[in-house]
Amino acid sequence: MTLRTDPVTINFGPHHPSTHGVFQMRITADGEVITNLEPVMGYLHRGCEKLSEGRTYTQVVPLTDRLDYLSPMSNNVACVLAAERLGDIPVPERAEYIRVIMAELQRLANHCAMTGFLLNDLGTFFTLFHYTMREREKILDLFEMTCGTRVTVSYMRPGGVLQDLPEEFLPRLRALLDEMPHRIDDYEALITQNEIVLARTKGVGVMSKELAIAAGCSGPMLRGSGVKWDIRKNDTYSIYDRFQFDIPVGTNGDVYDRYWVRIQEMRQSLRILEQAYRDIPQGEVRTRLPLFFRLPSGEAYGRIEAPKGELGFYLVSDGGIAPYRMHVRAPSFINLGVLRDLTVGYTVADAVITLGSVDIVLGEVDR
Amino acid sequence: MNVWDYLVDLIPNLARNLRAAVEGAGFSDGAVFLVMGLAGVLAVTLFVMLLVPPLTFLERRLVARAQVRIGPNRVGPFGLLQPIADALKLMTKEVIVPSQADGLLHLLAPSLIFLPPFMIFAVVPFAPGGVFTNLNMGLVYIIAVSSLAAIVVFTAGFSSANRYSMLGAARAVAQLISYEVPATIALVTVAVAAGSLSLTGIVQAQTVPYILYFPLAFLIFFIGSLVEVNRAPADLAEAESEIIAGYHTEYGGFKWACFQLGEYTHMVAASAIIATLFLSGWKGPILPPYLWLVTKMMVVILLYMWIRFTVPRIRVDQVMSFAWKFLLPLSLINVLVVGLEVVLAPSLPVWLIAINVPFAAASIVVWAKLYRVLEGPPPLTQRREIPGVTSPLPVPEPAGTAR
Amino acid sequence: MYGSGILKGMSLVLQTMLLKKPFTVQYPEKRIEPPRRFRGASFVWYEDRCTGCATCAKACPQGNIQIITTEGQFNQYFVDRFDIDHLRCMFCGLCVEACPYDALFMGPDFENASYSRASLVIGKKHLNAAAPTRIPSSYFHPELDRIDISSGRPVPEIRKAEQEKNQDIGWASR
Repeated sequence: MTLRTDPVTINFGPHHPSTHGVFQMRITADGEVITNLEPVMGYLHRGCEKLSEGRTYTQVVPLTDRLDYLSPMSNNVACVLAAERLGDIPVPERAEYIRVIMAELQRLANHCAMTGFLLNDLGTFFTLFHYTMREREKILDLFEMTCGTRVTVSYMRPGGVLQDLPEEFLPRLRALLDEMPHRIDDYEALITQNEIVLARTKGVGVMSKELAIAAGCSGPMLRGSGVKWDIRKNDTYSIYDRFQFDIPVGTNGDVYDRYWVRIQEMRQSLRILEQAYRDIPQGEVRTRLPLFFRLPSGEAYGRIEAPKGELGFYLVSDGGIAPYRMHVRAPSFINLGVLRDLTVGYTVADAVITLGSVDIVLGEVDR
Repeated sequence: MNVWDYLVDLIPNLARNLRAAVEGAGFSDGAVFLVMGLAGVLAVTLFVMLLVPPLTFLERRLVARAQVRIGPNRVGPFGLLQPIADALKLMTKEVIVPSQADGLLHLLAPSLIFLPPFMIFAVVPFAPGGVFTNLNMGLVYIIAVSSLAAIVVFTAGFSSANRYSMLGAARAVAQLISYEVPATIALVTVAVAAGSLSLTGIVQAQTVPYILYFPLAFLIFFIGSLVEVNRAPADLAEAESEIIAGYHTEYGGFKWACFQLGEYTHMVAASAIIATLFLSGWKGPILPPYLWLVTKMMVVILLYMWIRFTVPRIRVDQVMSFAWKFLLPLSLINVLVVGLEVVLAPSLPVWLIAINVPFAAASIVVWAKLYRVLEGPPPLTQRREIPGVTSPLPVPEPAGTAR
Repeated sequence: MYGSGILKGMSLVLQTMLLKKPFTVQYPEKRIEPPRRFRGASFVWYEDRCTGCATCAKACPQGNIQIITTEGQFNQYFVDRFDIDHLRCMFCGLCVEACPYDALFMGPDFENASYSRASLVIGKKHLNAAAPTRIPSSYFHPELDRIDISSGRPVPEIRKAEQEKNQDIGWASR
């Protein structure tokens, strides 16, 4: 006589300590093993794309801060990149270097946060989280020194950056660059050889190369599965062709590989920052445009390698002072498409870690 | 006798004075027994209840220091009144019981959570002659009583009518019963070496603390007690990031306080057992013996806390495979070797340490290699096949096919 | 391997517990001085420079600024009302960037909680009263990094005082 078991529906509701925001997962589980997972999003939808239709290109920039609120500098860069491509607006040298510095600092801050959150989901009770937040605070101090706020920066403008760096920025950056490699070593000491972390993350949430490419994943999710694709190298924008850096690629496509890829990306970001710090020229930082400038009618797609993946802004203009349509290709939203395939067959505890390794921010997912 | 001698022998002296006073007042033997028993119960209860709330405060401060921040320091000087503030808040909170929950069990579970730890404290020797009851099978009694915790946890989870709680309760019971076996077998080594099952006998027999003689037994029992107390890395039953709060999700206010304090009290009881069995209990120079016991308990508790805020949580199937495949054979090997040693050299000479410590290290390494439980790659997760997702669905046969 | 990874992590945590100072700054007894370019809440507005052109109101993404003017004898504007709605403001600074006459600046602080909504719509009177004493932020006006227009002092003194305050609480050195 066989034992009859009923599947149980667990609702990882929007209110949950570890769903990284208001995100719901409806899990059908047989005991502890998941048989089906249905993600429900939209709890943070604010109508960002519709709001941008009534705002000029300069006024859209603060709106983009609030998309991926953990890495706003990258959002700003992508938005103004699309506008510059549409209008053929030149960007001065120094502004390009400042953009690279800010984008790489933002990548460091984002990966710091993600590593801390991953260890939280694993259950270390906030220890590594506070260490990484300490480094993130130092990076946010640098941002505050330059443009006045830590998170909603609105620093980039079509044609350059808002204003020049203050004179204490570069010495503080130097101090951070000297200290950061040792801090990353500290994080690795707590994670990389920890047997329990290895046992929990190896072989969990495995995504094959074919599935990653077919689903349109990008960023560390794609590179963790073994695909060597980075927009900074494959579709170069700005001045990234002047810098020397490597693209770390994982082997198995599991949670551990994605975490490892992010740590290596942090080290490569430090390499880029060293080169930018050495080479930054003097000069202007902004091409002056009129306050309400018009872009020629047409469409453009500007994409960057944001810390979470490929962030793209698709801009359609009809010759006016505001975009006719602005669509955001959010990496977190596209990466969430494979969540079901990554979690089915594993246990409920693994689903939480897999979601943490996808590294979503609900502002981006729901816009 | 002067004050210092009286204080060093405080517990037996107080007991003797109380007995003399009660007998002198002319009560019968039964009444004297009853009064002495109640006094002992009161003393043990007071000791534990005075130790536990400052421990919660200490843990929060230590966790904060490990996380480069300051812990609670606003309530009272240096935040020392924080446990009182917590208690007041929890007592005045509204207690909500879900309508589909089993009311009696919902009330019973937090009341019973204190039962196993207090019963354990009944046999712990605080001083030579200062033990509540000197059971001659104290070790067996301790093992039996600590299994009660599994029932209470399951009652709590089951009576909540909540899927998260059921998951938490099921996980908790699985891990608790899995870890009793290696822990018990590790305790057998201590009993064999000391030649008696009573805790006072074991403490008397430790001229050198047994942690040096039997490091493997200490490790196995330490890990087993970590899991028995539901503390990190094995706090799956109340994993905050996965199942909100596990078996105590639906408990609020004072009932939740009971669960928190019950967990801490169980931790204190487990540390008392380890201090008595492996760290030679109340033995030590100069200071009064009960102070030595408390110091050794604090060392073990600090070790528990240190592990808690460093190590992540393991998954439930990994917890159980670790117990059954790794700890159990290791503890059996340990019993064999210790038994041989005790038969061949019953007086436990000191050079046994030089044999036992390398033997412990070697057996851990060899057994880990043999069973590949906690060695890094290859991955241990077995993924179940779900048709339609992990493998393509079978193509249905066209209608009209003859069967 | 065999537990050594966990021991490494534990030793790191022990080192942090014993050797590192806490990173916390205990607000409100000790505060971190915001930097010079801080986009703070209490706007600084100079009425004698404002011409009532309302470019700031047009540049605001939310429409927080309300300007009502009357025409003067020589075709100039007198500003009757200049309201900034602090409740809806997201302190993006686009208004400061837009002003052609350098009349509007961001302010220095962030502690503006209040008990009534009406008191957070700041009008001309309030702005005028605060202008002489408040130090405007040098957001979008990096020349103010050097000179403080309210007192005319060269700013190395002001910045040195701020840095010393931050040194006391050890923020920069952690």
